[in-house]
Amino acid sequence: MRNTKVVTLEEAIRRSGLKDGMTISFHHHFRGGDKVVNMVVAKLAEMGFKDLKLAASSLSDVHAPLIEHIKNGVITGISTSGLRGELANEISHGLMDEPVVFRSHGGRGSAIANGELHIDVAFLGASSCDELGNASGCPRSENAKSICGSLGYALPDAKYADHVVVLTDDLVEYPNVPKSISACDVESVVVVDSVGDSSKISSGAIRDSKNPRDILLAQQAAKVIINSGYFEDGFSIQTGTGGASLAAVKYIRESMIEKGIKASFALGGITAHMVKLHEEGLIGRLIDVQSFDKVAAESIASDQLHQEVSAIEYASADNPGSAVHALDIVILSALEVDVNFNVNVLVGSDGIIRGAVGGHPDTAEDSALSIIVCPLLRGRIPCVVPKVTTLITPGAGVDVVVTEYGIAVNPRRPEIAERLKAAGLKVVDIHDLAAKATSVIGVPDPLPFGDKVVGIVMDRHGKVLDKIYNIVD
Amino acid sequence: MELKNAVAGTLESGDIMIQIGPGEGLQVELQSSVAAQFGRQIKSVITETLQGLGVSDAFVKATDKGALDCTIRARVTAAAVRATGKDVWK
Repeated sequence: MRNTKVVTLEEAIRRSGLKDGMTISFHHHFRGGDKVVNMVVAKLAEMGFKDLKLAASSLSDVHAPLIEHIKNGVITGISTSGLRGELANEISHGLMDEPVVFRSHGGRGSAIANGELHIDVAFLGASSCDELGNASGCPRSENAKSICGSLGYALPDAKYADHVVVLTDDLVEYPNVPKSISACDVESVVVVDSVGDSSKISSGAIRDSKNPRDILLAQQAAKVIINSGYFEDGFSIQTGTGGASLAAVKYIRESMIEKGIKASFALGGITAHMVKLHEEGLIGRLIDVQSFDKVAAESIASDQLHQEVSAIEYASADNPGSAVHALDIVILSALEVDVNFNVNVLVGSDGIIRGAVGGHPDTAEDSALSIIVCPLLRGRIPCVVPKVTTLITPGAGVDVVVTEYGIAVNPRRPEIAERLKAAGLKVVDIHDLAAKATSVIGVPDPLPFGDKVVGIVMDRHGKVLDKIYNIVD
Repeated sequence: MELKNAVAGTLESGDIMIQIGPGEGLQVELQSSVAAQFGRQIKSVITETLQGLGVSDAFVKATDKGALDCTIRARVTAAAVRATGKDVWK
């Protein structure tokens, strides 16, 4: 008996046994183009649900409609990696009574696996799915409407949620292979007009920079890598989404060709830059938890050496098999770094949430060499500060900070400082960078925080790392 | 000192737009992306710059996009020169 899983969204929700107070989950592979969260929560509101806990792998600007659902009591709890736009602004001003719980991608994977984050019903968008629920982020027919590539952040949900609903905008003939989500984990399949706008995947955090300062920072970061002692045949690398860290790949590529060095794998959010190096034979394998653009999504659809991994396989702290444990070098960006090498990537220097934890703490802690690339100042906003507004990545895992005014090396890694100095790079004390910033902009007045906790930052091991308070205008 | 309405600066990131005109005493209306942390400093740089130029009566509307103090001084000076017709650079 086939075809029984394909139902309407309302029927899928009814079948799931969802009740007020339960936890629903979503992935963010369509990033700024996501349509699933708003569609499903609107339906849940229409059906009269209240007091639901929303566990997303991340949320962005497009999720502003959640504000009304929070005001109406449909959503009373959120856990996510990030928040941006008007939803973030409202939450920073105290919209919710229950603080938002922020976890890293690896931390979320671990929390789902060990039961700390229990998901009652997962609603997972997919670009193709068959009638039994074999789902993929890759298009599989002429009628395909979307492509998101890896479904890495959805895989823990699919595996551990009590009930899984796949939403797809292309119902394809059985069997939909290769699959990301197994039909054995899926209870219902819902066909919708659109699960997401793929053209908006590479919006938001990811930009390809032509800014001369970003290019300078990228060149410096590349020099740090090349002279770090880790740049040898078979090395592995991950880059974050900042303009400078993406641009650094270009300079590393030139050096790889010149020296005849090849990388064993690139990890993480995979971009067109990494796909290009892989296709040129400079990177052996791509390990992809999230395809950051269309080129990466198309590559994972066609290239067997471009492998999808789940958030757990990517970055779980307590699973010794996760890929971050094998990672040599990671380049990351930052909103703020402090004199103890602590990093904030979540809360802006105006006290308003405007970013995402992402894989930052996961990769910084487990990689052999973590490099933070950020300008000393963004306008009048200092990026090297005495103390970060919110602690996201503890300084113990951060090795090098690259700014346009010099490179600071964590005192825990004196051997790296020596290598960089020997290569003629300008190594400076991080306190001098913070002092330089202050000399240009003056001492900022303290932020007008209130006394309501609006966010709790969990570390990747499941402990509370920091609290975010409401901001008062 | 008689003041005409004058403007200096842009709304580009890192700049500040200063609109100056007649007023009683020095009044500064500031809109800034970094108001919480630097509003006080920006206002004092504007008033000190004007006082240094001998302007004691003016209404200033400042729209700041994260400008540094040196930029603020330059834009305020340029606006004051345009408003007063008195060239301070000669």
